[in-house]
Amino acid sequence: MIEQNLSLLLVAIPLLAAPIVATLPRGKLPWLFTLSVSWVCLGLAIWQLWLVTDGRIISYELGGWAPPWGIEYRIDAVNAFVALIVAGIAAVALPYALRSVEQEIPLQQTPLFYTAFLLCLTGLLGITLTGDVFNLFVFLEISSLSSYALISMGRQRRALTAAYQYLIMGTIGATFLLIGIGLIYAETGSLNMMDLSVRLPATFEHRTIHTAFAFIVVGVGLKLAMFPLHVWLPNAYTYAPSVISVFLSATATKVAVYVMLRMVFTVFSGSFTQDTPTGNMFMVLGIGGVLVASVYAVYQRDAKRLLAYSSVAQVGYMVLGIAFGTALGLTATLVHMFNHALMKGALFMAIGALVYRLGSSQIDAFNGLGRQMPWTFAALFIAGLSLIGVPGTAGFISKWYLVLAALEKSNWIAAIVILAGSLFAVIYMWKLVEALFFRSAPQSDAAVKEAPLSLLVPMWLLVVANLYFGFNTQLTVGIAQTAVNILRALPQ
Amino acid sequence: MSDQWLVMLAIFLPMAGASGITLCSAWPNLRETITLVTAALVSVIVIVLFTRLEQGAVISARLAEPLPGLPIVFEVEPLGMLFALVAGLLWLVTSVYAIGYMRGHHEKNQTRFYALFAIAIGSAMGTAFAGNLLTLFLCYEILTVSTYPLVAHAGTAEARRGARTYLGILLGTSIGLQLLAILITYSLAGTLEFREGGILAGRLDPAWTGLLYALFVFGIGKAAVMPFHRWLPAAMVAPTPVSALLHAVAVVKAGVFTVLKVTIYIFGSDFILQSGSSDWLIWFAGATILLASLIAMTKDNLKARLAYSTISQLSYIVLGALLATNMGLIGGTLHIAMHAVAKITLFFAAGAILVAAHKTEISDMGGLGRAMPITFGAFLIGSLSIIGLPPFGGMWSKWYLGIGAIDAGQWLLLSVLLVSSLLNIAYLLPIPIHAFFGNAKDGAQYTQIKEAPSSCVAAMIITSVACVVLFFYPDPFYKLAVGAAGGR
Repeated sequence: MIEQNLSLLLVAIPLLAAPIVATLPRGKLPWLFTLSVSWVCLGLAIWQLWLVTDGRIISYELGGWAPPWGIEYRIDAVNAFVALIVAGIAAVALPYALRSVEQEIPLQQTPLFYTAFLLCLTGLLGITLTGDVFNLFVFLEISSLSSYALISMGRQRRALTAAYQYLIMGTIGATFLLIGIGLIYAETGSLNMMDLSVRLPATFEHRTIHTAFAFIVVGVGLKLAMFPLHVWLPNAYTYAPSVISVFLSATATKVAVYVMLRMVFTVFSGSFTQDTPTGNMFMVLGIGGVLVASVYAVYQRDAKRLLAYSSVAQVGYMVLGIAFGTALGLTATLVHMFNHALMKGALFMAIGALVYRLGSSQIDAFNGLGRQMPWTFAALFIAGLSLIGVPGTAGFISKWYLVLAALEKSNWIAAIVILAGSLFAVIYMWKLVEALFFRSAPQSDAAVKEAPLSLLVPMWLLVVANLYFGFNTQLTVGIAQTAVNILRALPQ
Repeated sequence: MSDQWLVMLAIFLPMAGASGITLCSAWPNLRETITLVTAALVSVIVIVLFTRLEQGAVISARLAEPLPGLPIVFEVEPLGMLFALVAGLLWLVTSVYAIGYMRGHHEKNQTRFYALFAIAIGSAMGTAFAGNLLTLFLCYEILTVSTYPLVAHAGTAEARRGARTYLGILLGTSIGLQLLAILITYSLAGTLEFREGGILAGRLDPAWTGLLYALFVFGIGKAAVMPFHRWLPAAMVAPTPVSALLHAVAVVKAGVFTVLKVTIYIFGSDFILQSGSSDWLIWFAGATILLASLIAMTKDNLKARLAYSTISQLSYIVLGALLATNMGLIGGTLHIAMHAVAKITLFFAAGAILVAAHKTEISDMGGLGRAMPITFGAFLIGSLSIIGLPPFGGMWSKWYLGIGAIDAGQWLLLSVLLVSSLLNIAYLLPIPIHAFFGNAKDGAQYTQIKEAPSSCVAAMIITSVACVVLFFYPDPFYKLAVGAAGGR
């Protein structure tokens, strides 16, 4: 019974839980309820992934309406993998949320905060699991609207402008996506992804389809924070509550990357991209994103903003993998989605712990804290190494595949840009390390205590995962390769 | 105990020691005991491994397989054994020295110092025993990162600046050039195994071979071939035991060791000779030998002078690798051991002078030799060995390098080696001579100054005796070098 409806439950449970949380009394109860929901989701996501690892595909017909008329949920290794990232990060972020939210969000708003969180989770999981492009748009809006609300709850007033900026940009993106979907529907009369992949090739010559593709890529590109459509992201991540920075940085852009992959490779198929300059466009945008965002990151004075720009650069890597379009390149993108969620999650948690004790995310305020908060510092250090791509960490694995993909295509520029991005990462991570460890703390301040255990444990869980997946890549690379085969398979 | 476990122990025992050291930070004597015991055990392990290798045992241990077909694997072969022997044995000596030095000099954060030192040695062991290029790169990077806090140990603005240069150049070259070279190698050969005769032969156009080889030689920043040498003088802000063991032995030798390893087991010396890919690269090594010696002459700070001397001597080894002739490789490999013992003696002496007399500038050391005869005596022996005079071990490596240059018909390079020996004389010998026979600038007599703490003196005596012993008994190292060069 559960197994048959696994993927539906994965969306339905958080969706139904959201209004319940809103009615719960203030205090710890909303958190506890959300936590248990997120852990149930993680369990279901693991189960679901286990079912499809061998390349099997599960199809659900919502309400018994057969596709392409009814909405279909279509689970293969690609989206089960992304769903695991989303559910996993939510499950790790929530234990972290308790103390962090207590401090940052007014008590009377906490039930609403957790409601928005659950809705965001619903939206993100829904995007990954649905096999219907219009349904995808609906879930995209659910996740977006709830994340605007979540970001605006940041403790500084600037969170409001950041959320507003994101709202405007995000709405434009969603509108573009909707226009693209509308054009496709007008042309083919279908909204089902698999059905579209069969019907669309006949219309590849049409201008309408080219226009639709452009709208979709720009629309998704906005949600993805693909350079140069990334301007909303740094503010949003900087001013959001700590736990939301963790959650969104590790999941939202990943889900958008997934949408891009699905649209480009499943809906439009590889042959369309080969006949159009799509690959070159992604290549230029990827390279630009890696270089420009890395340079911006070097000059930031706020740690969260620094990490946000680094995220834009990392998105650039994933876009590069899409640009290569080869098995190696897509493997790199998928593996990096997973690994980047681990490292950025850990990094934002570490910064969040510093903010928890200090109330500021300015790098100058961190001077000398590494000695007073050794565990937080060590977590930041190791996650930073992973971000740089030092061997022995998860980050190395993704860089390895990405550069190999570039070399396979004899694309020397991309190979050098990827490695140059690592060098920039050395520079901006070392700004943090030096401030934390080698500058002396201001004398006047009283000693700062190490972050509470409820912040440290989730943080270290992700740090250990960063190391584990640097040595054992059976899960990441293995599933990514199955997923890539599905993505690159020609429509039957 | 099986041999596999010994290899693992050689690498992970120092790491375990590091955690023991951290736990015992409140009891300095216990903490130092852990360091010494770990170092002694590691020494025993490398000697046992050496004898097992002599008996012809094939030892390899597999840890994990992060990428399909690319395991983390450790293997004992002659070249790595030589490096491990040098690093392991000298760690013990340096630990003895460091205890006297760190206490005599009242250094702060000693726990952090000993713990990171142990991790650095563990990763040096890992580098030595690495069974493929990926494993080697992994250990190489751990070595870089773990030594960074040691360079920045003092925590002053100058130390931070030096450490930033250190990390910037080492990580920059390794990620920007070396990793690229490794990836290119992998995409060409489909493997990163160390194989006798190399894995690249026949897979690469000769013109590109030179370029890839250059990526390796410059990407291995720890070999300090100019223009990527700036990190080594910058690292001299570290406490002297760090300079002695890490920046005269473990770190820098990990660099030249990697160059040798890549030359012998990735390219294959025959392939390099055939393709002529090192013809132009070799002049970078030759120029580094001479330029670094010339710069060394201008330095008045003793450690800075020794640093530039190290840069020059490292390029001897790189030169041996680039010659790619049998004798050149033997000479280069031998020089890892010979230079390590001699240079560590010099650094020990420099540290002893700092602790006992608080002097760092060479021009202030006139007449000091009469107050510290053992220290300067050791310095003299180390200098003579570096210059390459009999009866000191340094002679052998220079001998084989010279023969290697002649074999390759590189007469100009032979003269580079000879001129450099003269320059060595010019910048090293005046120091002890001035100290023994000269006078202090202000005419002061050093009646108050005594020798450094006894553990420092003991360490110096051990290494200077070793310089002499290695002249009469270079056999173990020579055999390993011959085994590495592939000429049985």
